[in-house]
Amino acid sequence: MLKQLECSRAIAEVIARCRPEVICAYPITPQTHIVEALSELCRTGELAPCEYINVESETSALSVAVGASAAGARAYTATASQGLLHMAEVVYNAAGLGLPIVMTLGNRALGAPINIWNDHSDAMALKDAGWIQLFARDSQEAVDLHILAFRLAEELSIPVMVCVDGFVLTHSVEPLDVPSQEQVDRFLPPYHPVQVLDVSDPVSIGAMVGPEAYTEVRYLAHHKQQRALERLPELAAELAVILGRTSGALLHPYRLDDAETIVVAMGSVTGTIEVAIDELRATGLAIGAIALCAFRPFPLVELAQALAPAKRVIVIERSLAPGLGGALASNVRMALQGGAIPVRTVIAGLGGRPITRVSLRRLFTSAAQDALDDLTFLDLDTGAIDRELARWGDQRRSGPSAENLLRDTRRPR
Amino acid sequence: MSDQRIRFYQTGTFTVGNRLLDPSDRAVQASTARANALTSGHRACQGCGEALGARYVLDAAMRATGNQLIAVNATGCLEVFTTPSPETAWQLPWLHSLFGNAAAVATGVAAAMRVKGKPVRVIAQGGDGGTTDIGFGCLSGMFERNDDVLYVCYDNEGYMNTGVQRSSATPPTARTATTPAMGPERGNVFGTGKSLPLLAMAHNLPYVATATVADLHDLEAKVTCAMGIHGARYLHVLVPCPLGWGHPTDETIRMARLAAECGLFPVFEAVDGEVVSSTPIRRRVPVEAYLRGQKRFAHLFDGPTPDPRIARLQALADQNIRRFRLQPEVTP
Amino acid sequence: MKLPFAITLDPGSSRHNHTGAWRTQRPVYVDRLPPCNATCPAGENIQHWLFLAESGDYRAAWEAILADNPLPAVMGRACYHTCETACNRAKVDEAVGIHAIERFLGDLAIEHKWPAPPCAPATGKKVLVIGAGPSGLAAAYHLARLGHAVTIRDAMPRAGGMMRYGIPRYRLPREIVDAEIQRIVDLGVTLELGVRVDDLPGAIAAGGFDACFAAVGAHLAKRIDLPAPDATRILDAIGLLREIEQGGVAPLLGRRVVVYGGGNTALDVARTARRMGAADAVIVYRRTQAEMPAHEDELREALEEGVQVRWLSTVASLGDGDITIEKMRMTLAGPVPTGEFETIAGDTLVLALGQAVDLAPLRAVPGVAFTRDGSVEVDGALMTGHPGLFCGGDMVPAERTITVAVGHGKKAARHIDAYLRGTTYAPAPKHAPATLERLNPWYYSDAERTVQPQLEMARRQGTFEEVHGGLDTSTALFEARRCLSCGNCFECDNCFGVCPDNAVIKLGPGLGFRIDLDFCKGCGLCAKECPCGAIDMIAEQT
Ligand SMILES: Cc1ncc(C[n+]2csc(CCOP(=O)(O)OP(=O)(O)O)c2C)c(N)n1
Ligand code: SF4
Ligand SMILES: [Mg+2]
Repeated sequence: MLKQLECSRAIAEVIARCRPEVICAYPITPQTHIVEALSELCRTGELAPCEYINVESETSALSVAVGASAAGARAYTATASQGLLHMAEVVYNAAGLGLPIVMTLGNRALGAPINIWNDHSDAMALKDAGWIQLFARDSQEAVDLHILAFRLAEELSIPVMVCVDGFVLTHSVEPLDVPSQEQVDRFLPPYHPVQVLDVSDPVSIGAMVGPEAYTEVRYLAHHKQQRALERLPELAAELAVILGRTSGALLHPYRLDDAETIVVAMGSVTGTIEVAIDELRATGLAIGAIALCAFRPFPLVELAQALAPAKRVIVIERSLAPGLGGALASNVRMALQGGAIPVRTVIAGLGGRPITRVSLRRLFTSAAQDALDDLTFLDLDTGAIDRELARWGDQRRSGPSAENLLRDTRRPR
Repeated sequence: MSDQRIRFYQTGTFTVGNRLLDPSDRAVQASTARANALTSGHRACQGCGEALGARYVLDAAMRATGNQLIAVNATGCLEVFTTPSPETAWQLPWLHSLFGNAAAVATGVAAAMRVKGKPVRVIAQGGDGGTTDIGFGCLSGMFERNDDVLYVCYDNEGYMNTGVQRSSATPPTARTATTPAMGPERGNVFGTGKSLPLLAMAHNLPYVATATVADLHDLEAKVTCAMGIHGARYLHVLVPCPLGWGHPTDETIRMARLAAECGLFPVFEAVDGEVVSSTPIRRRVPVEAYLRGQKRFAHLFDGPTPDPRIARLQALADQNIRRFRLQPEVTP
Repeated sequence: MKLPFAITLDPGSSRHNHTGAWRTQRPVYVDRLPPCNATCPAGENIQHWLFLAESGDYRAAWEAILADNPLPAVMGRACYHTCETACNRAKVDEAVGIHAIERFLGDLAIEHKWPAPPCAPATGKKVLVIGAGPSGLAAAYHLARLGHAVTIRDAMPRAGGMMRYGIPRYRLPREIVDAEIQRIVDLGVTLELGVRVDDLPGAIAAGGFDACFAAVGAHLAKRIDLPAPDATRILDAIGLLREIEQGGVAPLLGRRVVVYGGGNTALDVARTARRMGAADAVIVYRRTQAEMPAHEDELREALEEGVQVRWLSTVASLGDGDITIEKMRMTLAGPVPTGEFETIAGDTLVLALGQAVDLAPLRAVPGVAFTRDGSVEVDGALMTGHPGLFCGGDMVPAERTITVAVGHGKKAARHIDAYLRGTTYAPAPKHAPATLERLNPWYYSDAERTVQPQLEMARRQGTFEEVHGGLDTSTALFEARRCLSCGNCFECDNCFGVCPDNAVIKLGPGLGFRIDLDFCKGCGLCAKECPCGAIDMIAEQT
């Protein structure tokens, strides 16, 4: 049943229907509304039994979840940006211990400069921590992915991060369907951990592993991700039957038929991309898009197959790997290795910069003419950059570039 | 009669057991039925005080809870020497996550037990580094929320597992790998460090106590008391480290005893933020008696005249004795 | 649970890792010789019987005493307890009141009429014991228990020797002596009293004895010549005590008694004199208090009772109602006269200058030799040069106490037994000493000695009632439990508790502990924290 809801609220409600037993909360924009709503659901008793714990840091938030999960409780937390980095050590740890925690990441840029707006810098920073990372392309998928996340996590004993673009999705208010308790229960069985702290079967969890077995432990972590590649589509299909809509996949193709140019992206930007593609298709341009839902595990084979017919691939990258380009594009190139399809990296929408339909249309058009460099920064204010670089040439020390650029960009051009 | 019975006892209750004592007056450690929560085959150094302290604490807690106990461990010697895969020395459910998050992980375990309605209790444990330094944020949070966890710090006054570096529990003048006995002020400097027990008290915890491996009955009584209370509790146990302190492996207990008997390590209990009792010094010794036995203080004794900093350490001990009333018959 | 690979492990799996391989030294449980045992002239295993008493098993404790000494109630009173002087606890706070516990056990046995443990089957051998004093009685007891037929002969009308005729009643009540002698007689020992043996070889041959133990004591008082107007006013101490015991009045004992000598007998006489109504009892002793051979406690009690002592004095002459003494001066060579005289009131002088052995009956025995100072020469087995004739007690060169005498009795019995069997007796080698340095006194709680209740001063002076009261069950228990159990495990569980590697196995009550060498890393904590020093660390053979 569709209801006009803020996405964060809807996520909170679906989380509640997943019956988490321990929730750890620590405020950071833009995920805060989710845990706020959950605190309400716990207080009113709508979500019970559940321990809602206000922790003193993200490190503790995830650590509490680690303890709860190891003790056999279904555990949930949410964070964003600096919060994810703050808990980074625990992020790796939860994965290493194979604890099926589900965490929402309200994707946000990383400081400095501090910036509360959306991009994927945070998720990319911890992409190899061993978690499954699923990116929601819209609010409804953001809601539904959480059910999938718990099921996948618990089946494989692996934590899952559901990446939801900050503000763009988290704060959007639109008609959303929150799956009913009955639907969720049909899909998500109670949590049966493979290892648990149990006084009647007292195991030691978290041993120190030396060179003789560390590689194997890591291999098994990889193996779980490979299993997830198989299970994710199956589970998504199962969920689709229950919900009557498709949410979650390894990737979502869009108008790939005869596409010579294929745009690859993750998250909410895919909506704008699809609109731009519709417009360009109308002009006769053979262009399509792929919205990656699973970034970890990375669907190399599936992506390679989908991209095989293309003449060129454009990756809309929501984060920057300084000195290289972008993490997503690098991964896409790996999927296409050995082939001749060029992959162009487009850094776009950093720190909440709007990615407009107009800019995209312009970008895709020139891409289709093979006029793009390997690395492009969408809507880069080259004037500001040039002026700053000139200053750098003049004097070795010129104050923080960010502030200079800010001054320049505000100056009437 | 009852106090006379103790007075005239061969060994009173100072020994671990004694066939003459009523079984209920014997330490948990005297019982062949003790849990041995930490069992043989672990890789602690010879004479490790931490290995001893951990078994003392956990066995007492196992008895107090009827074996309904889970332990969470911070990274450090205790974790490393007990669980090198594929062998673990623990016989109770045990979880190690990271160096600085044991308190929070324990909160999670306790939350899980509560939500599942299981009457299982939780102990978090770590070294002084994992407690007073890197883990302090998580610990303070756990304290402040009054989570149902007993946190036990095994204080060996340094980062031992990484090769004896300074922590905020390292005493002034002590030589560590990062406070070498070099330069104008050799060893750890005065005016640094913190007292975790006092900080714990500042959280108004229902129970805070200190103890040493030299006084088993006192230690076990405190663990038992702590396990009888719900909410956040803190126990700080002095566990000499033969390797880091540089004393013979058979002097571990003696060093702990001397630390308490000279006043440098005050043994006390606090309820709701106030000291309610302290274990009186039985045979007071000057700090020198304690310092001399340890290589980490050797530079205090290598000059032709006594290092004046010995007197400063003595002043710290004297202050403890006044502050915690460790010699009730002496303090006014 | 099917566990995730490598990071999750089965409980206690570390026991596969035998850390004992790290060891360079290992703990070994030992039994050391406690100072009390080491100094006991009767060879009692004091620490052991205290151990039994500590748990309240008084009968077992008493029987353990009996193994070495058949007269616990007597000895608990009359022994000068060198064990307590040596006691390690004396250096911690105060010595364990060993004699008081021994006496308590002895009295308890008398009260409950506990018999001596049964004798071995009869050997058919016959032994003659001459002298029913502590040494003879002890020998008779042990010989009887070893299965030999024993006959004791004594010249006096009653058995006990010095226990009856030398030690005053207020120190040793006669019913105690009687009871303990009776227990020995009850073993089947034949007691022939009032029989003086003058022809030893004849007596042995006539009775068909296979061996003989002579322990007739030293009861000839040493005398000196003093100028005196009336020689009847000079008495000898041992004779006086004997006379009092035999019920004879002591008409010659005046109101002002001077006792000459510094031994325990001098004190016994002075205290006896006070009890018999002497207004003054003055001891005259040549040296200072520091040299006085009498037992410290005896002196203290005597002084408490009003006995006076003139230190550094000798008796020069007797006058009419007074006695002249000469002042002495202490030099490195001993006391020397100063030529300074003093006259003190005194109507009787009692000489307590020591006793000599009556060697007459042995003079004619072939092979028997004598020392220059008038004792009988014996070998390490207490046998004289005459095969089968053994001697002990005050007759042979040794300290003259009833404890030594009892020790001789035991020792002689063992050698006589071996002699009768045609073997030799070799005592087990002694353990290394349990010194104070080996103890960890931290563990012992502070406790004063349970002081035996003392009779009130007034009563004590006027009567011959026993001066020292006994311990009761609870005080005896406390006192026994003050024993540090030097050098011998008393199952305090310290080793079991302090091992960081759980490598001490507790075997159960009475069984002690065992080291699990699979896991013992050799840190030495168990040895260091053993209160009583019963663990040694020894190097591993590499
Ligand atoms: C985040 C982090 N920083 C540093 C370390 C390295 N480290 C491991 S154990 C340890 C020392 C532990 O000291 P303490 O907590 O006092 O325990 P001890 O070994 O002395 O018992 C350190 C510094 C780590 N494991 N994790
Ligand atoms: S370094 Fe110290 S704390 Fe660590 S195992 Fe060795 S003795 Fe124990
Ligand atoms: Mg430490």
